Amino acid sequence: MKLLEYQAKEVLASLGIPIPPGVVARTPEEASAAFETLGPVAVKAQVPVGGRGKAGGIKLARSAAEARAAAEQIIGMDIKGFRVPLVYCEALLDIKQEIYLGFTVDRDARANVLIFSAMGGMDIEQLAEESPQALARLYPNPWRGPLDFELTQLVYDTGLGEHARPLAALMKKLYRAIPEYDALTAEINPLVVTHAGEVVAGDAKLEIDDNAAWRHKDLERKYGAVIEGDPYEIEAKKRGLTYVSLDGDVGIVGNGAGLCMSTLDLVRRAGGRPANFCDIGGGAKAEVVENALAVILMNPKVKGVLINVFGGITRGDEVAKGIVTARDNLKMRLPLVVRLSGTRMEEGRAILLQNGIEPGVSAWEAAQKIVELSSPLVGRSGPQGRGGAA
Amino acid sequence: MSILLDASTRVIVQGITGREGSFHAEQMQALGTQLVGGVSPGKGGTKHVGVPVFNTVADAVEATGATASGIFVPAPFAADAIMEAAAAGITLIVCITEGIPIQDMIRVKDFLRGYPAARLIGANCPGLITPGQAKIGIIPQRISSPGHVGMVSRSGTLTYEVGSALTAAGMGQSTIVGIGGDPVLGMSFSDVVELFEKDPETTHLVLIGEIGGSDEERAAELLSRGSRLKTVAFISGRTAPEGKRMGHAGAIISGNRGTAKSKEEAFRKAGVAVAETTDDIVGLLT
Repeated sequence: MKLLEYQAKEVLASLGIPIPPGVVARTPEEASAAFETLGPVAVKAQVPVGGRGKAGGIKLARSAAEARAAAEQIIGMDIKGFRVPLVYCEALLDIKQEIYLGFTVDRDARANVLIFSAMGGMDIEQLAEESPQALARLYPNPWRGPLDFELTQLVYDTGLGEHARPLAALMKKLYRAIPEYDALTAEINPLVVTHAGEVVAGDAKLEIDDNAAWRHKDLERKYGAVIEGDPYEIEAKKRGLTYVSLDGDVGIVGNGAGLCMSTLDLVRRAGGRPANFCDIGGGAKAEVVENALAVILMNPKVKGVLINVFGGITRGDEVAKGIVTARDNLKMRLPLVVRLSGTRMEEGRAILLQNGIEPGVSAWEAAQKIVELSSPLVGRSGPQGRGGAA
Repeated sequence: MSILLDASTRVIVQGITGREGSFHAEQMQALGTQLVGGVSPGKGGTKHVGVPVFNTVADAVEATGATASGIFVPAPFAADAIMEAAAAGITLIVCITEGIPIQDMIRVKDFLRGYPAARLIGANCPGLITPGQAKIGIIPQRISSPGHVGMVSRSGTLTYEVGSALTAAGMGQSTIVGIGGDPVLGMSFSDVVELFEKDPETTHLVLIGEIGGSDEERAAELLSRGSRLKTVAFISGRTAPEGKRMGHAGAIISGNRGTAKSKEEAFRKAGVAVAETTDDIVGLLT
């Protein structure tokens, strides 16, 4: 789960990290009121993705009217697929210097890494590419965390020695997001040094490991409902499915992440555009297939569905029966192509054929078939053909 | 021959009395795996699927001389189970459990540095099988047959599919290793490839990767330094969008890192054939 900025800042504040005064506003009136208490503010869109500024999701307001107008524009905006549910109005900082500070998982090292740089405010990936020498790294021991002297060394190495004490102390506090919240990323960029010499979190990113959600039910309760994500992904989550929305029109169901991803690749290769990724797991039980189809059919863009299942321990004939039942229960009329492989696949294919479902022998054939069936008959790529079915 | 596991390996199952543990312990026995015991705290002294159950891994190792373990315990307890196995002297630890918190695995990886003889496969993996001899994990026996193709993969069902195709084409396998779909894993592609290089019975190699991380790139780099194996690589997730986890916790493109394109290019540069689809693998291998 990626927390919104104001949520991440609440967590940071609970760890003892200074944050600027700020107020959440759900309406333009609340943004205007925020100006009255805070003075000049940055009105910031709250979405769990980067690049808000470039998308027009951050505006400075020097009057109550400007704050109201900014909130009016930003709330409800779509930023990279996320509708902005609310804005965070935050007092402006008297910036002397901007620093980068972040913990993240270094997959290659199979470890957490602390990245620190005197050049803050930039995108870290861009910084890593353009001036790798400006980044200092520390791999803290995962059992005891970073030690004071390690952090002090890092601060001096980065040329920020004059702020050694507050910075090292702040890093130690930020590290606590890892053991206490299962943070995969805990980033403050920029970390602002003010002219008064204070160190304050200008922005905050916090991603909590979904695998550890059971340890942090409080966070999910407090923050989970605010993030307005994709409606199909939310419905799929309720039904216990592994589902990712994509922007095409061919629904995809597969069992196993790798098999499902390779099915998307094949549909794309055949000239189609997948509407989703949906992994129903190893067993491919009938009710899971039905749940998957139900979510996929919610999407009005979907013009056909491809199911690709390998029957390992589950037999192909059982999978086929489950698919037929699911289709009938849902009264599904869209084209459906099913590709079964593995145990008892011939029996499974026979059952599909008897029930009017197109069985694909190879995954590639099946992908071509569904792309053909879900395209309009005339003018496959032409504008007039696209209209009817949707 | 084979790598890591053969008919003489003495194996235990941690979590043997659970539903998954029971079922797969029996499947392992059916293939001929030397299952010598199981672990289930509180059930020591009983028998399950015909083998003695112990309270701890140390007890099981002392009584049975086991050197390998398959872990089927639930995610909240799995990290501890891995460390318990290593501390008890198990040298091949195969963790099937899905959903272990990443921070738990980071601590496990650090802990395992103190046990250099212990090899961890997984977690979130289907395990490994040496066809006709033994398996630890959940790979269906039917997809495999004894032979000379080594297989290593991050994906479960995709491995089964390719294994079935190889088997149908008469190309048996020496050992099939599923290294798992998590971002912080035990053995990497490179670790497994090194073992296949040293196994005289393995002449061919199929490597099935996916988006996320750069373990494939590192394996390509290893193969580029000289390999006696005829290798085909396949990468899934060419069309996956940036920033989305595609089913596996580790299958995510971050910025411009971890793309299928980067992995495919690394293999091509290393002189390794890259299959466009899984259907092409058999043809490229012959």
